[in-house]
This record gives sequence, structure tokens and C-alpha cells, in this order.
Amino acid sequence: MLGKFFALFFGVCSFLFSMQTHADWALNMTQGVTDVSRSVYSLHMQIFWICVVIGILVFSVMLWSIIHHRKSAGAKAEQFHENTAVELIWTIVPIIILVAMAVPATTTLIKMYDTSESDVDIQITGYQWKWQYQYLSEDLSFFSNLSTDQDEINNLSEKNVNYLLEVDEPLVIPVGKKVRFLLTSNDVIHSWWVPAFAVKKDAIPGFINESWTRVEEEGIYRGQCAELCGKDHGFMPIVVKAVSEDEYLNWVTDKKTAIAAEVAAAARVWSLAELMERGEKVYQTNCAACHQPSGQGIPPTFPALKGSVIALEDQDAHIDIVLNGKAGSAMQAYAAQLSAVDLAAVITYERNAWGNDTGDVVAPQLIQSMVNSK
Amino acid sequence: MTSATSHHHGPATGMTRWLYTTNHKDIGNMYLIFSLVMFFIGGTMALIIRMELVEPGLQVVQPEFFNQMTTMHGLIMVFGAVMPGFVGLANWMIPMMIGAPDMALPRLNNFSFWILPFAFTMMLSTLFMDGGAPNFGWTFYAPLSTTYAPPSVTYFIFAMHMAGISSILGAINIIVTIMNMRAPSMNYMKMPLFVWTWLITAFLLIAVMPVLAGTVTMMLTDIHFGTSFFDAGGGGDPVLFQHLFWFFGHPEVYIMILPAFGIISQIVPTFSRKPLFGYSSMVYATSSIALLSFTVWAHHMFTVGLPLVGELFFMYATMLISVPTGVKVFNWVATMFRGSLTFETPMLFAIAFIVLFTIGGFSGLMLAISPADFQYHDTYFVVAHFHYVLVPGAVFSIMAGAYYWLPKWTGHMYNEFLGKCHFWCSFVGLNLTFFPMHFVGLAGMPRRIPDYSLQFADFNMISSIGGFLFGFSQLIFVIVVVKCVKGGKKAEAVSWEGAEGLEWSVPSPAPYHTFETPPEVK
Repeated sequence: MLGKFFALFFGVCSFLFSMQTHADWALNMTQGVTDVSRSVYSLHMQIFWICVVIGILVFSVMLWSIIHHRKSAGAKAEQFHENTAVELIWTIVPIIILVAMAVPATTTLIKMYDTSESDVDIQITGYQWKWQYQYLSEDLSFFSNLSTDQDEINNLSEKNVNYLLEVDEPLVIPVGKKVRFLLTSNDVIHSWWVPAFAVKKDAIPGFINESWTRVEEEGIYRGQCAELCGKDHGFMPIVVKAVSEDEYLNWVTDKKTAIAAEVAAAARVWSLAELMERGEKVYQTNCAACHQPSGQGIPPTFPALKGSVIALEDQDAHIDIVLNGKAGSAMQAYAAQLSAVDLAAVITYERNAWGNDTGDVVAPQLIQSMVNSK
Repeated sequence: MTSATSHHHGPATGMTRWLYTTNHKDIGNMYLIFSLVMFFIGGTMALIIRMELVEPGLQVVQPEFFNQMTTMHGLIMVFGAVMPGFVGLANWMIPMMIGAPDMALPRLNNFSFWILPFAFTMMLSTLFMDGGAPNFGWTFYAPLSTTYAPPSVTYFIFAMHMAGISSILGAINIIVTIMNMRAPSMNYMKMPLFVWTWLITAFLLIAVMPVLAGTVTMMLTDIHFGTSFFDAGGGGDPVLFQHLFWFFGHPEVYIMILPAFGIISQIVPTFSRKPLFGYSSMVYATSSIALLSFTVWAHHMFTVGLPLVGELFFMYATMLISVPTGVKVFNWVATMFRGSLTFETPMLFAIAFIVLFTIGGFSGLMLAISPADFQYHDTYFVVAHFHYVLVPGAVFSIMAGAYYWLPKWTGHMYNEFLGKCHFWCSFVGLNLTFFPMHFVGLAGMPRRIPDYSLQFADFNMISSIGGFLFGFSQLIFVIVVVKCVKGGKKAEAVSWEGAEGLEWSVPSPAPYHTFETPPEVK
């Protein structure tokens, strides 16, 4: 019968929940690695068990009626109805339970909202479809893109264990420090979510939201964008590497050196072959999601580059649209997102790939002067 | 009691009967058929989604089409299947339940139905437009639905306006009918609960459909006329969109469930052969739910960065809603207790409704806990939650109502064996589809993604199998209805042993015109 089915369901369900020590990741919410995430987990379990108990009570009465008060078992219907005392009881008792539940929920929420006295401040900006991390006190900024191979997504090669949850440049934070996140967006609304920290906050264009975490264990934590943000919403993961403070400081120094080297590289002369090789990588990471690896785009929303007038003829217009984007469309301004070398490389690539054989070589110096003249 | 053996003409013949009809039974039929067609179209889209999600990787569709499917599935099911389904039942049953000859505004009734096929033809035509159909989710958050939307968004806005006008006109008609056309001695506290819940629903519709119309109009001017309501670059605010949308959207959720409460409150007493335990407390609970529904909208927005006090207010208000909802569940169970139960198909659907809707209510209570919602929000846990309240909630109640009143509509009993097959396949299918979604959601799978990481693979496969079982089981329903229209055991005027109410005082099938003179009410 129906009631038995339900009892079975509930049995299976509570069995699965009791298994959570073995398979934390698969069936239940993660307990996470912060004080806040553990409070959230315990709230979740409290309200879950309250629901289970109420469910068992209500459904037992129902099951009892289904078994014992069936007409085929000879049950005669009583005609009682309307009882104010009973109605009052089943109104007031739930209210008391809810008040009891509201108290710990309020405490936890107040804790989550206390973003004061942070040690590290990181501005996180959502883009279609990647994240930018800016360390506000370090003058350090970079983008974090999905690094899963297109072949894995298209079932042409074996999927690795971190399929869709891996990036080229993870966010690095020190453990034991209060890290404050300032979230905003460059285009549509995104939502930055790392389950292990119980941090989920929307990144809204034109506004800044705050959140914070203090991670207790070193490790790599993975999350995803949680707000539908267009075509590749499912392909903008978040990876956070929590490291010791020393390691963090070393990483900051190394990262800054790497960025300085990139700037210096813009001064030397680059050959067509070098630019094409680098351009292809930049294109696959930043452009292929819309304009497609084949350069054919998805018209009319995402125009083709292969054989396009801009990519074949007007080089200045081509550089301009890549640097400054196109207002009112999904085309972003890449001047601030990519280095001069990367920009030169990708524009060169677009002017020479897929049969766009213009032979044009766009020098990083030219890009740099155009960026500076802005 | 009256019958239509008198001088009155029957229905006109041919197409014009359906085009020009002002008869509430004809219009009810058209609404119900329309709703069923939309249910299958929206269901096909759901199956495309489930097909893509069988295993990790992109197999069947590309992400941009996947997003169109999730968007259109939601819009079609909410505005095309569930809402017209309830309006169809209201058209058929409300005049017969209150002893009225027809709806108060019959021409308006015809008009409000005939808007719908055009609205949804336009909505569906966007699938064939350049740039594709709307792809921003059924909640169409700006600026994804404005600055970044495909060109077809303008047609979507127009279709929403039309569907909204249809709903408002339908609601006006229902209110006017209930307030003016009840049989003389039927006071408000003697009205059947289905009538009560629809009266309250109609007020909700009139209150919030204009908000939706305003919201989509603001989108329209943002897109075409240079305003910046939802664009921070021009002094607007994308979050304003969400406040407006959910101020409509949360009452909308109750618009889709209050009539369901009414149907279940008719069916459970009938098959328990026992009066509803607390009639007046049901009326008060429904009214409280409707009033509270205007104060909880921001619980859909716990992660947008509300101020702490806002967050607390909406958490408390949302938790409070579970009290009147609980009262309803307790009352149904108390009605069954010490009754004399039989388990025909309508009762099976009604019992499943109570159990599974309650599970959906539990996950709703969990979602109300704002700190925990930071983990649940926009995951499959939410998908599981709202499908538990909408599928075994709204959809099952419409099915239950259809089985319950089919004998009255057609004059034949439906095939009980096939009805039970339909019920059990649907019951197993939907639990297989939606229960595992709780797990993947808690484990961290975001909603609205066309591809997912490997740890979610097993449960998604189960969901997809369940989805196909559920989807194809609905064909049994079509067979049952067609067979029942064509023939079957003759139905009595009182088609069910325990059935009470004016609709059972007219013959089965109900004559084309009923209650030309008002009936006596005890």
C-alpha cells in the first residue's frame, strides 16, 4: 500500500543519511572546513530530524487509518468533525517547534553576516564564464578559467576525476585567516559558491556583496557558479587552494614576478608562428565558448570570425572590439583581462586561423600603445 | 434540482460551437484539453533535459538549447499546464457546486480561454526564431533576460502579457460568479472547499498578475526604449527585478496549490465517507496562507545580499507559513481517521498528494532556514523541493479531480484498472525522478547545468529513468479519458458512494444547462 511505500522510502532515506560518514560527498551536505559551515550543517540536520519525526507521527496515523479504517475491513465511518481544542493544539505546537528552531538559525546568520576585521580582502568578479580574483592589498589580479579539455566534455576522451571542477589558476588563500570576499559582476548575475565554506553569494553587476570565511584545514576546495548566467553557466567552476601562511606569502611573490615577466615580454619582437601558437591557447580559453573552436560562432548571438569582415579587413576595428568589447552584447572588453602579448596573439590568431589568411602580425607593442592611449 | 430536458437548445454544431461557446462546460473542456496538450509539450521538454543528463558529458543537446529547454519547460508547465488546468476545473465545477446556471460573465469566459492558444503559439514559436527561444530560466532574471537575452525575448514578453490578461479575466469571472450566483441559502461558510480555495486564488491572481505585467513591461522598455530599471549602469538595480518577480512569484506558487487543496478537501471526505474534520479551520488556514504569501517573497533571494534584518524577517515569515499548511495536512489525516476508506483512483491520487506534498513541505521548511539555504539555494535540492510540491501537488490534484469528476462529465465510469495503473506508474516514476535530486542537491550539484561532474552520475541516471517512466505513464491517462468519453459503465447521478454536494444532484452526464432555477441547499 501507499503508506508502506512511504515507510520504505523513509527507511531508505534515513539509512542513506546514516551512511554519510562513509560517503560525505555523495548523499548529504558537506560539513565543510569552517566554523560557519559546521553550524550550517548542524542546522540542516536539526531541521531534517524535526521533519522526520513530524513525518513519522503524521504518516503513522494515516497508515493506521489506511489499514484499520478501510471499508473492506468492515470499518463504519464515524461522523465526528470540528474540534477547536484539537485545532488549537496542532497550531500552537508547531509554532513552539519553529521558535525553538529560529533561535540557533538566527545566531548562525548573525555570525555569517559579520564581515568585520578581515585579514585578507579579495574582490571576486564574475564574467561570462570565468572568475576574476583581485587581492586588494597586494595589487595582484588574475582570471580563473575552466581547464577541462573540450574533448572530455564532448566524450572524445576519458573524463578525469575533477571533470568540470578544475581551473587553470585557482584562488589561493591562507588558512586560519579571516578572508573577506567582495563580490561583483561584469555582465550578468553569477553566484560564487564553495560548499566546504558554506559561502554562497550572488555577484551582481553594479553592486558589491560581502561574505567571508576562515578555513581551518589546508586543501583544495571546489565549487561552481550557482546562478544561471547564460550558455556556459555549467562551465565556470571555482577552485580554492587553502595553504599555510608562509606558502601563501611565497605564492604572492611568485605570482607577482610572473606577471611582471609577462609585461616585459610585450617589449620584444614576436614572430607570426609564436603568436599563432600562443593565440590558439588564448582563443580556446577565452573566445571559443562563444565563437566556437572552429571560429564559426553561433549566429546571430555569437557571430562567426571565420571569413568575417572585421577579422579579414579592418585591423583597427578588430583590435578595438577585442580591447573594448561591444556595448549591449555579450562581447566583453578584454583590455583589462588579458596581457598585451595575449591580446596580440589572439588577434593575430583570429586573422590567420581557419582560412583567414591575412598574414597580419599584430605586435604586442601596438596593443600596448592602444591600451595606453585610452 | 433541475434538469435540461426542457425547451433549452443544446450545443451548436461544428467548429463554431467551440469558437463562440459561452457555456461553462464547453469552456471547461477546452481549458482542460489545452492544459493536457501543454502538459505533454512541457513534458517532452523535460524528457529532453533528462536525456541530456543521463550521464556526464554533452551528448544530446548543446548548452544553449539545454537552457531553452529548462526555460520553456518551466514556463509551459506553470502558465500553460497547471494554471489552465485549474481554471478548467473551476469552469466546470464552480457553477455546478454553487447551484449557478453558468459563469457570471460567459462572453468574458470565452475570451479568456481563446487568448491562451494564441499566447502559447507565440511562446512556442520562439523556438524557431533566430537566436532561439528564451534561455534565461523561467524566472528570467535581469540582466540575463534583458541586455543579454536573445531577440525572441520580445515575443516572450508579449506572450506573458496575453497569458496574464487571460488569468486576470478568468479570476474576475470566478470572483463575480462566486459572489453573486450562489444558490439563495448557500452562505459563504456552506460553500464547498474547492469553491472557497478558488475564490481566494482568484484574489491572489488579481493581486499579482499585474505585478508580473509591470515587470515584463519594464524589461521591454529596458530592451527597446533605453530605460535602465534593471541596469546599474543607468541607475537601476538587477535585484529590483527579483523583488518584483518574486512578489508575483511567491503568491503564484500558492495560486498553483490552493485549488489543489480544495480538490483534495472534496475527495478525501468522499472516499472516507466522513465529513471533513475541520471545515472552518481549513477556510481560515487557506486565507492565512494567501495573506502570508505576500510577506515571504525574498526567501527566494537569500543569497542576493539582503540586509541582516531583511534576511531574518523573511526567514521567520516563511517558517510561519508551515503552520497553516500543517493544519491542512492534519485535518485531512483526521478526516481519514475512523472513516470507512475505499481506494479508487481519485483517492489514491489524493493520498499520494497528502504524503508527497508534505515531503515537499518539509524540504520547504528546510529551505526557509536562511543559513542552511546558503547551501541549498540554486541546487537540485530546490529542484527536488518544488517538483515535490508541483508534481504530486498541483499535477496529482488535477489528475485526482479529473478522475473524481469524469463520471459526472462523461456519464461513464472510467476504467478503474487502467486508472490504478496510471496512478502506480506515475507514483513510482515521480519518486524515482525527484527523490534522488535531494541527494545530488545536498552533495552540491547546481541547478540548470547541462553537464555535471562525475560524483553526481549515478543519481542522475536514476532520475532520468524515473523521468521517462513518469512521462510515458501519462499516456495511460489519455487512454483512460478517451475510453471513458466513448463509453463504459453508466455513471449514477451520485457517482461515488460518499459523494456530497450540488454537483452530484444533477444527472450524469451533466446536461448542457444545469440549475436554470436555483436549487435548495440544506
